[in-house]
Amino acid sequence: MSEKRIRVLVAKPGLDGHDRGAKVIAQALRDGGMEVVYTGLRQTPEQIVTAALQEDVDVIGMSILSGAHGTLFPEVVKLLKEKGAEDVLVVGGGIIPDEDIPALKEAGIAEIFGPGTPLENVVNYIKEKVN
Amino acid sequence: MFKQDQLDKIAASQEKWAEKLEAAMKRRPEREAEFAVDSGVTIKTVYTPLDLADRDYEQDLGLPGEYPFTRGVQPNLYRGRLWTMRQYAGFGSAEETNQRFRYLLEQGQTGLSCAFDLPTQIGYDSDHPLARGEVGKVGVAIDSLADMETLFDQIPLGKVSTSMTINAPAGVLLAMYIACAENQGFKKSEINGTIQNDVIKEYICRGTYILPPEPSMRLISNIFEFCSAEIPQWNTISISGYHIREAGATAAQEIAFTLANGIAYVQAAVDSGLDVDNFGPRLSFFFNAHLNFLEEVAKFRAARRVWAKVMRERFGAKNPRAWTLRFHTQTAGVSLTAQQPMVNIMRTAFEALSAVLGGTQSLHTNSYDEALALPCDESVMIALRTQQVIGYEIGVCDLVDPLGGSYYIESLTNALEEKAMDYITKIDTLGGADKAIEYMQKEIHNSAYQYQLDIDNKKKTVIGVNRFQMEEKPPEGLLKVDLSVGERQVEKLTKLKAGRDQAKVDSLLKAIREAAESDANLIPVFVDAVKEYVTLGEICDVLRDVFGEYKQQIVF
Repeated sequence: MSEKRIRVLVAKPGLDGHDRGAKVIAQALRDGGMEVVYTGLRQTPEQIVTAALQEDVDVIGMSILSGAHGTLFPEVVKLLKEKGAEDVLVVGGGIIPDEDIPALKEAGIAEIFGPGTPLENVVNYIKEKVN
Repeated sequence: MFKQDQLDKIAASQEKWAEKLEAAMKRRPEREAEFAVDSGVTIKTVYTPLDLADRDYEQDLGLPGEYPFTRGVQPNLYRGRLWTMRQYAGFGSAEETNQRFRYLLEQGQTGLSCAFDLPTQIGYDSDHPLARGEVGKVGVAIDSLADMETLFDQIPLGKVSTSMTINAPAGVLLAMYIACAENQGFKKSEINGTIQNDVIKEYICRGTYILPPEPSMRLISNIFEFCSAEIPQWNTISISGYHIREAGATAAQEIAFTLANGIAYVQAAVDSGLDVDNFGPRLSFFFNAHLNFLEEVAKFRAARRVWAKVMRERFGAKNPRAWTLRFHTQTAGVSLTAQQPMVNIMRTAFEALSAVLGGTQSLHTNSYDEALALPCDESVMIALRTQQVIGYEIGVCDLVDPLGGSYYIESLTNALEEKAMDYITKIDTLGGADKAIEYMQKEIHNSAYQYQLDIDNKKKTVIGVNRFQMEEKPPEGLLKVDLSVGERQVEKLTKLKAGRDQAKVDSLLKAIREAAESDANLIPVFVDAVKEYVTLGEICDVLRDVFGEYKQQIVF
């Protein structure tokens, strides 16, 4: 396959330190053939967007378990638009109540993966969307 | 534990029985090619005295309350008093959390456990740019003593014990708690509680670190020293395996990494000139209670035995109270599912029972809705009732260590001890826990990834997730913290800052800077400062300026 490898930025916005999920997803995407950059903890939306542009990624995957998703996820999409990078696919995961999902999708988050999502679903979703 | 002629007889009958077993396995093939616990110990069909042939009762088990404390730290344990039922709570404003605390005390809870929001845990005031969206979300926002006074309004701090999940800025929150209790009219020596104060596991897996390891270890030793002199009933640290396990560690890794961290704290305190017999008895621990019921019971027993040996043999402690591992337990948050959330009540009950059979000193039971949101009043009540059923209805508290002597439990206790000691030896060769952070992170991540693969390929069953799924309606009645909490908190803080004598605040901050730059104990200057409503963020900014900030290494 000469197809270009998908590049993904896995990011932890906000102050929440629970990165088990982010790291497990990062590894699954890497094992699924993608190039993955993990930002580490405590990233501001500005830092995430800057890293995404520098690394020239196709996808940003964010994980929040603290409840700050409603503020921070849409901020990332907004900043991407401002930088003319709205083609970057943005997905999220974590402890996110169902009732918050419509507003997040409205704000431009393509998909939310909640607890119990098999790794394969995330990998397949990204492959389908990007290719 | 058994005489040789007895063992010979058992060996002979077991040999005959093995033939029967083989025939039975042909008729009824086994469900798994191999049965094993996540820690990597293979499980045999049955256990007998032969599995304990090389063990000595007095040396390996002993009686409850006696070295090596395998059977518990108290001679009569729950026959004297049940464990402390302590539900972790905190969200939104200090007023809301105060109401939840008082609700829990009215429902029969016996101690408080306070959750702080992330800005508080990382030493930022609510008006800091990084606090945006986070104020009051996962715990209560505390900027100054004023918030602490609201938090404990009408709760007499000389009469309840409070556990505070606070690590990097633990000394500052402890100072506020002392000031608050004194304002209520209690003496320092009357207060009782715990601060988590375990920074190494923040570097490893929980993430609320501020300073680099060296000044962090100094602050921890400062707290040990201050508390032994001023608040002798205070638990100065809660060395936590809970988060290590939540991050993906196995049971054996949970014991090993927690106790390796404990060893690092004891070493730092000893190196700073403190007496292990003096501060040793005030160390406490915090473990996870996960799903593999019998493995968890064995884990608690093994951890007690390893720690007793560490304190007595490695650090030469002579005070028997310094040998004992006293611990709080919380049921496993990661075992909860967003699917069919009511099933979480059962998971939590079994996990809680393992903690009780393992001899825990206090317990938090998770609420069934925690894979979805912060718990609501109803789910918290069921979680507390679960503990009350175990304590009052099912008879397991009428004797000490009821599973002690089970061939399997004893054998697994031994196996987990051996596995844990292998890891501890490895960490020693890396220079101790504070130098082995990336090693532990890598080990934990590998276990977490394997766990998820096992669920995805159905090697591990999770009801509602990969088996027995069903269509469900979205859950209702979830607790939501609204964003106005942050706005109100910022308003309060602005007003507070405007009402203070700035020259006084500046001189108190200067005193903190000078103490930080010298070898002085920092806690007394924290107490002076918080009494004048100097904020948490202001104090931590000085510390950040003097000591610098920790930079995380990315490991996955």
